[in-house]
Amino acid sequence: MEYTILILLLPFLSFLLLGIAGKWFSHRAAGLIGTCCLAVVTILSYMTAYDFFTMPRTAEGVIEAMPPVVNFTWLPFFAEGLKFEMGILLDPISVMMLIVISTVSFMVHIYSFGYMHGERGFQRYYAFLSLFTMSMLGLVVATNIFQMYLFWELVGVSSYLLIGFYYTSPAAIAASKKAFIVTRFADMFFLIGILIYGYYCGTFSFDFAGEARGFAAGGFMLPTALLLMFIGGAGKSAMFPLHIWLPDAMEGPTPVSALIHAATMVVAGVFQIARLFPLWIQYAPDTLHIVAWVGAFTAFYAASVACVQSDIKRVLAFSTISQIAFMMVALGVCTEITTGHEHPGSLGYMASMFHLFTHAMFKALLFLGAGCIIHAVHSNEMSAMGGLRKYMPITHITFLIACLAISGIPPFSGFFSKDEILTACFAYSPAMGWIMTAIAGMTAFYMFRLYYGIFWGTENKQLHAEHTPHEAPLTMTVPLMVLALITIFCGWALNFGSYVSADGRDYQIHLDWSVAGTSIVVAIVAIALATFIYARDKQPVADKLASQFSSLHKWAYHRFYMDEVYQFITHRIIFAHISKPIAWFDRHVVDGFFNFLAWGTNALGFEIRGLQSGSVQKYAFVFLLGALLLLFIMII
Amino acid sequence: MIHLEYILIISAIMMFAGVYGFLTRKSTLAILLSIELMLNSTDINFAAFNRMLYPDGHEGYFFALFSIAISAAESAIAIAIMINIYRMLKDISVGKLEKMKW
Amino acid sequence: MNFLSLFVLIPLLMLLGLWLARGLKGVRTVMVIGSSALLLLAAWLTVTFLSDRAAGLDAEMLYTASFTWFEPLHIKYSVGVDGISVAMLLLSSIIVFTGTFASWQLKPLTKEYFLWFTLLSLGVFGFFISVDMFMMFMFYEIALIPMYLLIGVWGSGKKEYAAMKLTLMLMGGSAFLMCGIFGIFYGAGGQTMNVVDIANHTGGAHPIDFAQQCIWFPLTFIGFGVLGALFPFHTWSPDGHASAPTAVSMLHAGVLMKLGGYGCFRIAMYLMPEATNELGWIFLILTGISVVYGAFSACVQTDLKYINAYSSVSHCGLVLFAILMVNQTAATGAVLQMLSHGLMTALFFALIGMIYGRTHTRDIRELNGLMRIMPFLSVCYVIAGLANLGLPGLSGFVAEMTIFVGSFQNADTFHRVLTIAACTSIVITAVYILRLVGKILYGTCTNEHHLKLTDATWDERLSVICLIVAVAGLGLAPLWVSNMVSGGVAPIIEHIGHGVSSCNPFI
Repeated sequence: MEYTILILLLPFLSFLLLGIAGKWFSHRAAGLIGTCCLAVVTILSYMTAYDFFTMPRTAEGVIEAMPPVVNFTWLPFFAEGLKFEMGILLDPISVMMLIVISTVSFMVHIYSFGYMHGERGFQRYYAFLSLFTMSMLGLVVATNIFQMYLFWELVGVSSYLLIGFYYTSPAAIAASKKAFIVTRFADMFFLIGILIYGYYCGTFSFDFAGEARGFAAGGFMLPTALLLMFIGGAGKSAMFPLHIWLPDAMEGPTPVSALIHAATMVVAGVFQIARLFPLWIQYAPDTLHIVAWVGAFTAFYAASVACVQSDIKRVLAFSTISQIAFMMVALGVCTEITTGHEHPGSLGYMASMFHLFTHAMFKALLFLGAGCIIHAVHSNEMSAMGGLRKYMPITHITFLIACLAISGIPPFSGFFSKDEILTACFAYSPAMGWIMTAIAGMTAFYMFRLYYGIFWGTENKQLHAEHTPHEAPLTMTVPLMVLALITIFCGWALNFGSYVSADGRDYQIHLDWSVAGTSIVVAIVAIALATFIYARDKQPVADKLASQFSSLHKWAYHRFYMDEVYQFITHRIIFAHISKPIAWFDRHVVDGFFNFLAWGTNALGFEIRGLQSGSVQKYAFVFLLGALLLLFIMII
Repeated sequence: MIHLEYILIISAIMMFAGVYGFLTRKSTLAILLSIELMLNSTDINFAAFNRMLYPDGHEGYFFALFSIAISAAESAIAIAIMINIYRMLKDISVGKLEKMKW
Repeated sequence: MNFLSLFVLIPLLMLLGLWLARGLKGVRTVMVIGSSALLLLAAWLTVTFLSDRAAGLDAEMLYTASFTWFEPLHIKYSVGVDGISVAMLLLSSIIVFTGTFASWQLKPLTKEYFLWFTLLSLGVFGFFISVDMFMMFMFYEIALIPMYLLIGVWGSGKKEYAAMKLTLMLMGGSAFLMCGIFGIFYGAGGQTMNVVDIANHTGGAHPIDFAQQCIWFPLTFIGFGVLGALFPFHTWSPDGHASAPTAVSMLHAGVLMKLGGYGCFRIAMYLMPEATNELGWIFLILTGISVVYGAFSACVQTDLKYINAYSSVSHCGLVLFAILMVNQTAATGAVLQMLSHGLMTALFFALIGMIYGRTHTRDIRELNGLMRIMPFLSVCYVIAGLANLGLPGLSGFVAEMTIFVGSFQNADTFHRVLTIAACTSIVITAVYILRLVGKILYGTCTNEHHLKLTDATWDERLSVICLIVAVAGLGLAPLWVSNMVSGGVAPIIEHIGHGVSSCNPFI
């Protein structure tokens, strides 16, 4: 399947072309180049998926990872066995990710035609989109951890560039900077993890069955390495406490948020753990449960913050954090790689990947829908909205579908994937199961709060009179409809478990009705509650609750002041108490020492220059005295 | 008969008068005069030693002649410098000549 | 006549040509022809070198030649190159070429400026082709002296102070160095100054006593380390770079600082392996401090050139850090870092010079929103910044990763802790680069005088584009450079061997 290399090359070429020569293209031409490349990439990805999944399975019914299609040494490290390779690895999860990324990216490319219409820097925008797509595709097909890290950095940078796309807005500049630095900070741990891993395992490759120096050789070092890598993943996937960049990243154009900060890049951390899953489960199962608890806390934290935000993109951002945390939890609750019985220990793996897949689709749909709304009312605030269902029917319906999906209402895709996650959680421990069920209920609640706030409720008549909201153009609504269709069908029409599972065997998804029933009931109750509180024009209950628990509301609204904590640490501690003193020390102590040396030499020179007065008479006198002295000595 | 000692005493007096003048006078002209005095005292010594101790040779006389010629040239240059200094500074005392110092 | 000597001859001819040249046009013609000839020569040398190595010529130094220069002290004019010097020559010729175009519009005393500039490059080229310690030292001095005049006459700001400080500190370094070199010479028997001979105990040299090594190693290492911005001898760098004219900053940070790392590796460590193993840890701590300290200092500077100068301290610190790790991967990474830092720092200084030439200020508090006003320069600045913070696909990433992987192969706690500390610099680098980019390029321009400014002219574009192509080339296809360099590094590392220090309290 050598053609897979084109999947990486095409977006790269498109990036180079648009990046270097973009200003000589018209907007339309630039957009078409980018979109056509992506169309080809999408077709190739589907071809790859078809070819890959129709390959014969082994005798045990396992889908095996293909030997890397391409793999060459990009940079040799001269230590034994360590080299930096670049290649393409096809296995179930990477192929699944190819589909997710190319589909969402293609939709976003089309959508951006309408959304970014007439924006300054249109060509640049498409160039960055191509760069991002290339890097993300490169990340998922990486054959070794270092290649993953390389593309990991590249997605970070393309995210930085895209968040800061409106580079004249101070908020966007700050947000892009924050996103990059926070993820970079996490990446440092990732890098250290890679170094430890490389040293003790003697390889960077993902070929875990290969003849390595021995994965167990390092003792506790391998779990340490994996945990450090998880910190890197937590940075990208916005786990608490490294989540602070994601809500701010919403300053970027909305299609970018849909692509990068909802569907693809932010799940890189989940993907990373899934990629290293055989190592986690075999050598660090206890450490894996740390992942589960971090995920559970993040899911709860983000869900509670999402309940009170008023900016619709912020709500979606926190909901993304919460949903990614669900995927993390699902991976974290795995205990062993087994199949065959009712609740296999690695069910979470499949559930996590399944949720990643469905979440990418419906969250992209939500963001693109939000984009249509923002496009129509020119504001992110819920107060500018309300009653939009009359003006924007297509957006309304598709948004509702996505809300139902994320809330876990059958037969939409989210129900199936979330149900598998909850089943895995209950299998791990009932406590975890109930916690996650409760958070799933919160999800339904805040999503419907958002939905009612946008499409029902009080209409902001004054604002809408000035500027009547209208349905978005066709380029924007078609992607919505496509994604909505996928959201409706992919849950039950696609037998996900037979393609992706922890050991590659065919796993038939079956609903555990005790879990599914509970979660449906919880979701419906939550939706009903949201309807009761938010669906009407006046919202007495909501106001009363907000005033009753005003301090809690305030804390949640300010995201529990996490940003302020970071602000304090960076500005007050690092800048004021480390950097400034170091700079002062350098200027005054180190440099001062050398200046003192120079000054000392100079001063000494001034002191002894009196000896060389230049007055010949003095010299002659000294000479004479000397001569007499010598004479005197000689006589004696 | 004039003894060598008498001449040496004269030249020694001239020599130390010159040294004293060189060390104490402030005017460059006076310093130059003192130098001439010292040079002349050595000239006298050269001539006297030649005449009294080695009457057959003439080296002492020649040396004295050379010395006179050189001191003449030297005074010419020195006086030229002094005239220039005087033009620049309106003064030729050594204490004031600090223009080219540090 | 050996063709390597062309690297010295061409600058000599350029000096002659400049002396005879009439008018601005003549000067520019000589410079363009000369620097292009050097660039072509370096490119040709690289190709020839690679093909000869591939053909199986595996002597340590290729294209060697030797002429006696001063018999009593056994000083010879000996030349020869290995993988490291080829890489350095290529780097120098690129910087000289782009530096010429970066100072295209330099106004007062153009001819004299280029005369000194050429003399400086003569010293640099001569240093990298020499294998005789004394010739290296001589060319090193030739490269230092023009710096004083170039900064003192054509500089900006506190230029006399900076020029004096830079020259004095580097001269102080060379005093140490000269003691060191003569120490090595007599310590090895006083028969030859040739580096390879001394290292391999041929040509009349015998091994240097361990006790003597322990004296000469610190002297030589500090001597070269001053130039390589070794903490605490780095303070000439911020002042010097800030005052120097554009092309001089480029050449100085891009090439001259590399002389330090190259010299430490080639003379101090190669010739005194036992002392390296014994005393290397002291310098390793100092360089570790350099790396983190430079990065933290850069965070709070307000002058564009100061930021870059401190970032150079940090990155050059990483070079010395890596060679002191004494293994092939790290040392290869060090040379890659020299290349990468040379290119991207030159790019940075070129851009800063161009921005300063337009706005007449380098204070980041007075600059903002340049992206709208000079898009070309700003985009290039972002690229330079991204290269600096180690974006994959540009050169910084390749070098840093090689260094970190290499350093991590030293399994004891002491080296591990230092490596992890050095890793933090990649975060701090991101902080100061993004702070800078966000402040001066993004946002809206509030200074109305800046609104009328123009974007880069063709000569500036040429210079900047060449550097970007080089940075991206190294970043996208590092394999051949890395292999070439490691071929040069391997015999040295093998020679140094691996010993555990007996006086390191941290092990």
